[in-house]
Amino acid sequence: MDSVRFDEAPRIASTKIIVAGGFGVGKTTLVGAVSEIVPLRTEALVTTESVGIDDMDSTPDKATTTVAMDFGRITLSNDLVLYLFGTPGQRRFWFMWDDLIRGAVDAIVIVDTGRLEDSFSVVDYFEAKKLPFIVAINEFDGGQRYTPDQIREALAISPGIPIMTIDARERESAKHALIRVAEFALEQLTATSRIESA
Amino acid sequence: MGIDPPDAPVADVDDGDSIHVASIVRPYALTKGRTAPRVDLPVEATIEVVSAEKVGDDIGRSILDLCAAQNPSVAEIAAQLRQPLGVTRVLLADLVDVGAVSVRATLTDRATDRQRHDLIERTLRGLRAL
Repeated sequence: MDSVRFDEAPRIASTKIIVAGGFGVGKTTLVGAVSEIVPLRTEALVTTESVGIDDMDSTPDKATTTVAMDFGRITLSNDLVLYLFGTPGQRRFWFMWDDLIRGAVDAIVIVDTGRLEDSFSVVDYFEAKKLPFIVAINEFDGGQRYTPDQIREALAISPGIPIMTIDARERESAKHALIRVAEFALEQLTATSRIESA
Repeated sequence: MGIDPPDAPVADVDDGDSIHVASIVRPYALTKGRTAPRVDLPVEATIEVVSAEKVGDDIGRSILDLCAAQNPSVAEIAAQLRQPLGVTRVLLADLVDVGAVSVRATLTDRATDRQRHDLIERTLRGLRAL
């Protein structure tokens, strides 16, 4: 059996970036724009009891609910695969977030300026978990335009956290957001650990 | 975690605003009611086949076929099997236990800053080259 070796750390073969935001904000669109596969869907089963009583009026007592996550894959090199997980950001799904963000390096919070209130809880969550994240404002055609500064003030986002505008449908735009969040994660790590960039 | 075998219709919540109720066959029948895997299996962890001879059951062989083709992640295996993540993890843990598959390394809580740094740099290199 190929057991774990303790004398040397095995080379990490896969990693993930979390793509968070409210329903319909463009998470799966962004994942699909850069993924090399059509986004797949996986589901976690939860009982409504653990989900909480709000927003669940439509399901019977003790029903089991599935929470769906759409994800994509990017092969970055012959020995590293990146997965992008798009996940619902509502507070009632936080119980599964602890499992999902374990091992994540960073996250992108997609914001729809028409529904800023959907983004509060996600921002709070990542700040509490100290997971590096950036805010990406998805600019839909005809959507109401706000400046990043207005969004920062409205969502009470700390000054150091990058805010950018994206078009989640565009591959280059999605790619740029992934690069930005990875750069930010590296900056954060370097600032706290004093590792010199190679 | 409040994960239980389902005994009622499920509401399928997707990235759009629609919610619909679907019916699924008790998935945890496949795991004989077990809900907790004995091996750490992050959703992004990729799986490779070690020895295909040690698996006799149908579901185990289905998983091995998937793994032999492409070294998929835990999440991809769940999606392909059309099983919830929890069920898939229990089934995969069984295959790890008998030495049929192994789990490739991912970032863990025990990782050093150096390991994190190296991983992010490899990620950035790959993204910039896309």
